[in-house]
Amino acid sequence: MSAGSPDFEALLRQALRPLEPPAELAARLETTLSELTELAQDELDAWELGAMRDPRNWVRPVAAAVIGGTAGSALLALRIRRTHRRRHAASSDLLDLAGRTLSDAAGEARRIFERRG
Amino acid sequence: MAPGHPSETSGKTELDRQFTELYRDHLRDVYSYSYYRVGNHHDAEDLTEQTFLQAYRHLERALRESEGRPLRPWLIRIAHNLAANLYRDRSRKPTSALEDTTVLAAPHTTEDLAAGREELRHILEAVDQLPGDRREALIMRFALGMDNREIARALGRTDGAANVLIHRAIKQLEERVGERRGTVA
Repeated sequence: MSAGSPDFEALLRQALRPLEPPAELAARLETTLSELTELAQDELDAWELGAMRDPRNWVRPVAAAVIGGTAGSALLALRIRRTHRRRHAASSDLLDLAGRTLSDAAGEARRIFERRG
Repeated sequence: MAPGHPSETSGKTELDRQFTELYRDHLRDVYSYSYYRVGNHHDAEDLTEQTFLQAYRHLERALRESEGRPLRPWLIRIAHNLAANLYRDRSRKPTSALEDTTVLAAPHTTEDLAAGREELRHILEAVDQLPGDRREALIMRFALGMDNREIARALGRTDGAANVLIHRAIKQLEERVGERRGTVA
């Protein structure tokens, strides 16, 4: 259903044009996700094994594990995307680019899993 | 099921993939909605960040409840609720919902500016003066390109109610802009 004249709707579309988010925002968001992962990991690290004997204490570490797991993989994907431009600039051809992408992905995964101990 | 069980791991992997996809596909939508809603880049950035953090926390449940429908309305609804909280916390509405026109003009091309900067500015001012639900429906329709069904879901209304809301919003806006043109002429 259209309420206004086509010309007016076109003007409205122009006035309310979608806005590109600033590059710093994406970087900040990805950092925040990364910090969230580390918080979840800290929660697990700080947990005394003894406390686990009481089932009432199980909820928090399980929740932390779920959050940490999700953020870790999401973060990995985001980091790989962020470094794509750098790889592209450094690659001589497509095969080289694919090799660098795989190598970076493996490196990021290793760093995330190492941090989790 | 023990942690690390293959099916649990693949479930997490799928959830991660869907979150990353959601983030990539809708960062611009959430940012655009936030900007046109709060009227300045600083708050729009904060609102966008908070929206994705909330989405991240509740994605699993949202996926379960969405039954395969697109998640954009859910995401925009989070931004809508957070913006409402922002105003409530500050106990005021911004004096102008939209930043000065220099900033607003930034996303438009030089050609647009030459052709009708003033007119676009008047339209934005008129959008800003609409009642909240009408203003939001127009932002969703024109800045985000959402259809009536998506807008209905984001605003928690029926499809029919969203249809009427958009119709009335455009009509009211066109009348206001027309009146202004008449006054200026």
